[in-house]
Order: sequence, then C-alpha cells, then structure tokens
Amino acid sequence: MSDLLDLTLAEARDKLAAREITAVELTEAYIKAVEAARPLNCYITETPEHARAQAQAADKRIAAGTAGALEGIPLGIKDLFCTEGVLTTAGSHILDGFKPPYESTVSQNLKDAGAVMLGKLNLDEFAMGSANLTSHYGPVKNPWKRKGDDTDLVPGGSSGGSAAAVSARACLGATGTDTGGSIRQPAAFTGIVGLKPTYGRCSRWGIVAFASSLDQAGPMTRTVRDAAIMLGAMAGFDTKDSTSVDRPVPNYEAALTGDVTGLKVGVPKEYRVDGMPKEIDALWQQGIDWLKQAGAEIVDITLPHTKYALPAYYIVAPAEASSNLARYDGVRYGLRVAGDTLNEMYENTRGEGFGEEVKRRILIGTYVLSAGYYDAYYLQAQKVRTRIAEDFTKAYEHCDVILTPATPSAAFGIDEKPSDPVQMYLNDVFTVPANLAGLPGISVPAGIDDNGLPLGLQILGRAFDEETVLRAGHALEQAAGFTARPQFLAG
Amino acid sequence: MALDKQTVAKVAHLARIKVPEDRLETLAGELDGIVNWVEQLGEVDVEGVAPMTSAVATSLPWREDAVTDGGYPDKVTANAPDAQMNFFTTPKVVE
Repeated sequence: MSDLLDLTLAEARDKLAAREITAVELTEAYIKAVEAARPLNCYITETPEHARAQAQAADKRIAAGTAGALEGIPLGIKDLFCTEGVLTTAGSHILDGFKPPYESTVSQNLKDAGAVMLGKLNLDEFAMGSANLTSHYGPVKNPWKRKGDDTDLVPGGSSGGSAAAVSARACLGATGTDTGGSIRQPAAFTGIVGLKPTYGRCSRWGIVAFASSLDQAGPMTRTVRDAAIMLGAMAGFDTKDSTSVDRPVPNYEAALTGDVTGLKVGVPKEYRVDGMPKEIDALWQQGIDWLKQAGAEIVDITLPHTKYALPAYYIVAPAEASSNLARYDGVRYGLRVAGDTLNEMYENTRGEGFGEEVKRRILIGTYVLSAGYYDAYYLQAQKVRTRIAEDFTKAYEHCDVILTPATPSAAFGIDEKPSDPVQMYLNDVFTVPANLAGLPGISVPAGIDDNGLPLGLQILGRAFDEETVLRAGHALEQAAGFTARPQFLAG
Repeated sequence: MALDKQTVAKVAHLARIKVPEDRLETLAGELDGIVNWVEQLGEVDVEGVAPMTSAVATSLPWREDAVTDGGYPDKVTANAPDAQMNFFTTPKVVE
C-alpha cells in the first residue's frame, strides 16, 4: 500500500506544511483507497471531484501561507451531517434523494480549516444501532477478521462506516456522532481512536437529529493526537445551536504532554459486569497498571446507578427520536408513498421509509410519551438521569478521569447478531452513562483478544475537560503501543 | 402491563406508521420485552429528585427576535417530492 496512506493526520499535516507532499498527491492516494475499500461498503456516496477541487485549493493556500489547521487533509463525513448539494441519507430510505441546500456547522468548520471531503460514510439508520446492520444501504464490514476465520464481522455502530474507513486507511480521519456510544464503540471494534466531546462542545446544527439531549459530534482517527487536532477544528460556539456552549476552544494538541504524574484515575466497581470476557477484565487491569506506572494515582470509585443507565437511555432516546423523526412525513423532502388521505400518505410513507429498528424506537418513544404513561416512564427516566449525573459529580470529587473498558466484547459476526433487541442494546453498557451525563469520553485501542481482534479502553472526564481526557488517553496509547493492523487495508 | 396487539396498533397510528396486521404480533412481543426491561427504573429512589432536562449546566442564550434568514422558497422546496409553484403539496385535506 501507498506510504502516503500510512501517515497519521499529524504527520500528513506536517509534511504538507513542509511542502514534502502536496494535498493533490495525498488526496489522489485516498481517492484510490476509497475505491479499493468498496468491498467494506463504508461509503454511501463518494465525492472524488469535490475532493480534487478542495485539494487544489488547499495547495494554493499552503503556497500562499494561509493554510488552516487541517489544510489538505482528506476526511470522510458520516452521512448524518448535512452537506450542501451532496446526497445526505442518514442511512434511511425515507431520505431518498435528499440534497441539503445548506452545510452542517461541524462540516463547515472542517471545510474552513482546509479539510478535503472524500465522501459520505455509511451508518446505522438515523444512527440507531450498534453494529451498522440497520442501514438502508447495507451492512458495513469490519476490516478486521478473527485469526484463521473468514467470517465477516460488524464494525460496531452507529458510526460504523467512519470506523471501518479510518481503520482500513480509506480516509485520514472521519466525523462521527455519539448518542449512546456511536463513536466510542465502533472505534473500539476497529482498533481506532474515537472521542465523544462534552455535550455542547460541537454544534449540532445541520446534523440529522436522533436524540437531541444526547447527540454529540466528534472525531474518529488513528491516534489520540489526530483526534485532538480534529476536535480543535470541529468544536466551537454556534449561534444556530442554542445548546452549543460559548467558551473558548483550547489547543487540544498542547494538552498531550505525556505527563500523567499525580493524575487521579477513578476505577468504578460497577463496570465489572456479569459475563464480561476475562480478556476485557484483564485489559482493564492492564490499563490500570499502565497508568499507575506512568505516575497516576488509582482511586476506587462508585457509580451506583450504572445499571440503570441503559434502561433510562432506552426511554429518553426513543422519546426524543419519536419527536425528532415526526418531520419525515413525505411532504417536504425524501420519500413519499401515495395515500388517499393525508394521514394515509403519512402512514404509508413512514411505514415504507423507516426500517424495523427505527420503527421500534419511534413506537417505544410514542408509547412512553403517551397519556397515562408519561410520568411512569419518561419522567421517571429523566429523574434517574439526574441520579446518574450526580454519581459522576460525586466521583469527580475524588478523581480527575475514569478508566473503564470501552465495550463488553470484541466485534461479532454480521450473522451472529442477537435476535433480541435488548441483547443488542447491551453493547453500549459502558458508553451510555457519559451521554446521559453529557460528559466527554475517549476510546483508545489498547489490546488484542485471543482471536486477534482489537479491544479498547475508555477514559471519561469532567464536563469540558477534553484536555485531561486526551492527555490520559495519550498516556494509555503510549503505554499500549498498539501497532496491530486490520487484515483489510485499502490501497 | 403487557403491550398487546391492540396497543401497538394504537401507538402505530399515533406515530403515523403503517404496520401490516401480520407484523403486529411480533412487534408487540419485541416492544413488550423492551418495556418490561426498562421497568426496572421503578426500583430507583427518586424522592425529591428533579428531572434532568439539560445535559449541561448552562443557561440558554438570548438573541434578538429578528428575521435572519429566508427569501428563497425555491431552495426550501427543492427537495420536496411534489412541490408546485414554491408550495408543498399534500393530498386534499379540505373538501
């Protein structure tokens, strides 16, 4: 494969700035890689012409000395971000043919920083899923396989296309969104880094909404440094999203000092769940040892309401989704299936346009919000959410970050998915609490299981303390020295 | 409470999603499983706890109540499956 594809984002940036490579060369290498990666089904839409034009413009700006932070860096964009004039599907049949007349704030920020867009990445329909099996455009294959076993594995979800593309070198970095683990879980399944920032750090404007109080955009990259660089370009206050927070964006890369001396790392006993594979338990212990050796102080903490996070999530998220997805009615955009009356047209369009998992969640959401059940389910879940947030507030009186496994298992086979929806939901057991509490978290590749599949560790932090999360994640990355590569590499 | 076929049909109508008769039974089973699972939330003591309505402790910003965008109905209706003369269309709703 091309050496160009092996550069990290930070290395490519430095070589571009030093004029050792050009944005056009790098982009051409990646356009070929995108084509080579087609067997993985990670891109829904490829935009090579778009990318070439942006790369040429980037080279001009580099020559003129006006380069941005991501000048000439080829990225993939999750197909949940609206991109002006470029098909945006959210992985759903119901958005057939939708070409937004506007650009999402995050993708605009990346453009403004000089990034090149290679295409739009596959995902679970409306980001609802943990295996990228619910996309109308078909499943994404994980570039990793078990040793001596040809079974196709899932890349995780919902940002499965993003994870597979970054892992297989079909883009240098990608945007993801994380509502219950949709950045961190696929990152762990594919051996890459995934960062979910604090709620409010990145604007949600122009991102197809799933659950508005939980959704947050973040970077998916091959290294922690790359994630720090990319987050710096994505983040920031936006008047178009009233929940985005007006505070300065720090230089995240500068936070990667390599020094975690005296850092207090909390280890929550409640994350030791029943039936967790011993390899994950061992990796967690390994992570504790690594950070201790690096000079951090390990603190036992308790997050007593952890077991209620998933059930609370599966009320709050579907409730918000049922409301957000009411807009897909066959009138203003996307699919329309005719009916004799307005209601019939709505019902036909939504019955045909939504996939099974999306329908399940809309129905659950409608049910828990309906008269007579609102207090028992929705209000109770919101109160439990307060309890979960309080758990973290109390824990952070004793520690600076929290170390946990990223997922309860390694990637599983596309044909091995559990038939019970609740079993599938358990994939997000370690990631969901941070969404409910609005806190930042990063998944870092830290080890390989007996089958040769990557496993991730997660660092959670205080609100708007991405810097410490990145610093601790970087220390883990240094200690783990993860160099394994997937079987499938593009180009 | 068990989520039966009739309840699912009613909720599906409220959500404006057509569910074929032969799918109602399976869907009721799945949804009932999910609802039974989330019912464990009832165990949590929430006496005096305020419901969480914002993920981050911040107050919403104010802005001028002013028109800041618009004036391009062609762009607004460009993605509509059946836009006519800059209007969205629906099946007839008034006789």
